[in-house]
Amino acid sequence: MDAAATDTAAIAVKDLVKRYKGVAAVDGISFALPTGSVTGLLGGNGAGKTTTIAMIMGLVTPTAGTVSVLGAAMPGQRYRVLHRMNFESPYVDMPMRLTVRQNLSVFAQLYGVPQAKERIAALAGELDLTEFLDRPTGKLSAGQKTRVSLAKSLLNEPEILLLDEPTASLDPDTADWVRARLERYRKETGATILLASHNMNEVERLCDRVIIMKRGRIEDDDTPDGLLARYGRQTLEDVFLDVARGRGEAREVAR
Amino acid sequence: MSTAASDASLDFSVRRVGAMVRRYWYLLISSWPRILDLIYWPTVQMLMWGFLQLYVSKNAGFAAGAAGTFIGAVLLWDILFRGQLGFSISFLEEMWARNLGNLMMSPLRPTEFIAALMIMSIVRLAIGMIPVSLLAIAFFGFNLWALGLALVAFFVNLILTSWAIGIFVAGLLLRNGMGAESMAWTIMFLFLPLTCVYYPVAVLPHWLQYVAWCLPPTYVFEGMRALLIDHVFRGDLMLEAFAFNAVLFSLAAYAFVRLLASARAHGALVQAGE
Repeated sequence: MDAAATDTAAIAVKDLVKRYKGVAAVDGISFALPTGSVTGLLGGNGAGKTTTIAMIMGLVTPTAGTVSVLGAAMPGQRYRVLHRMNFESPYVDMPMRLTVRQNLSVFAQLYGVPQAKERIAALAGELDLTEFLDRPTGKLSAGQKTRVSLAKSLLNEPEILLLDEPTASLDPDTADWVRARLERYRKETGATILLASHNMNEVERLCDRVIIMKRGRIEDDDTPDGLLARYGRQTLEDVFLDVARGRGEAREVAR
Repeated sequence: MSTAASDASLDFSVRRVGAMVRRYWYLLISSWPRILDLIYWPTVQMLMWGFLQLYVSKNAGFAAGAAGTFIGAVLLWDILFRGQLGFSISFLEEMWARNLGNLMMSPLRPTEFIAALMIMSIVRLAIGMIPVSLLAIAFFGFNLWALGLALVAFFVNLILTSWAIGIFVAGLLLRNGMGAESMAWTIMFLFLPLTCVYYPVAVLPHWLQYVAWCLPPTYVFEGMRALLIDHVFRGDLMLEAFAFNAVLFSLAAYAFVRLLASARAHGALVQAGE
């Protein structure tokens, strides 16, 4: 990894290892994400994507290696940068009994969002949530809840946005809508986005770089077009299957 | 750089504490069963012990009955028990709601989170205990508020113990997930026999008395009996209780920091479920 690129990267991961009871969940990975990039983290179940993101967020302490986010070493210096980051995951909920407005105002206060009322009203308008603002979050549909989580993740206009399967369990229409909103956010703010996903269409559409993980290691790392060309495939799904089934190297050698 | 890091982690924001208190207040007022639950059981306890005291004092001529030691004891025990429960339940609400990840990824510091839980334990306690203390006056003529400054000393010592236990339980929950939930509900009952809520320390076997005198609430309940039966306020007992509370609180805070670090090392914060 280029040292200069690492120094200026929004997120820099170097020789990162996480072992649980001797078993490596993440096994010596390195990458640097430039400011304003959108990177997809691909991999099957147990590939180490969630553990990697958790270490970037400072929720998990690495066994070895370093993670730097906006120049702060994680997890030790996380409080220097957490207000400049945010995340969204279908595996974390917003409190169900609180209304959407109450939830967003609590998180706006936590993040120190200036003019919170106006920011919440603007986000509600953009994410088509205005009519649900005073409804308990638990009474919303899955798609509406995802939009509330997305609103929470955009409240502080984060420079780093971490997304763990942002469109899981959404119908295709809502998923497409969420992707369009994320694309717009990136264009408007120049935020750095890292998303873990199983959805290849999503990765192909949103990401300018794809990191494929398998058994805790990085198996490949390239642009979507670069991967398609090198593997001689039409879709990222086929590339993913090649990597997952160990056919990647064979195909490249054959070529 | 490490200095900057430690500085940032030690920052304390009243605004963020206020956000968490708002979050719990919204939750409380959104659910009348939650409010009823705060009053229901302390009322049942107070009535049961109050009538038992009446019976004992009439039939056995037990002098302490007239002094109201049973009702006093049950009300002070509720401060200890409900104080810890108020702290722990607010924490558990985050786990039940699967909201812990959102909070852990926010700029909220653990100290601010704990401060909000302390405030909520007092709010929940006030909602439950103020009506019950008034009912004690109406039913049994026992006025807890008449204890005056002694009540302040009792309250401060009991709430400090309840927070210390609450902080320790929060650490256990972070480290072990919902598997440790039962600790939140039952841990304080270990204090019930050992802190001599309803009887003097002298009743315990000699060796167990040493254990009892290591627990701050023991001093409070002995002090309460001295005040109600002998009409003497034992300031020395309150100071000793405060000293033991300082030790207990420090141990709980240390345990919490270690358990949180262990939770980060074992990935428990990512899977804060069962």
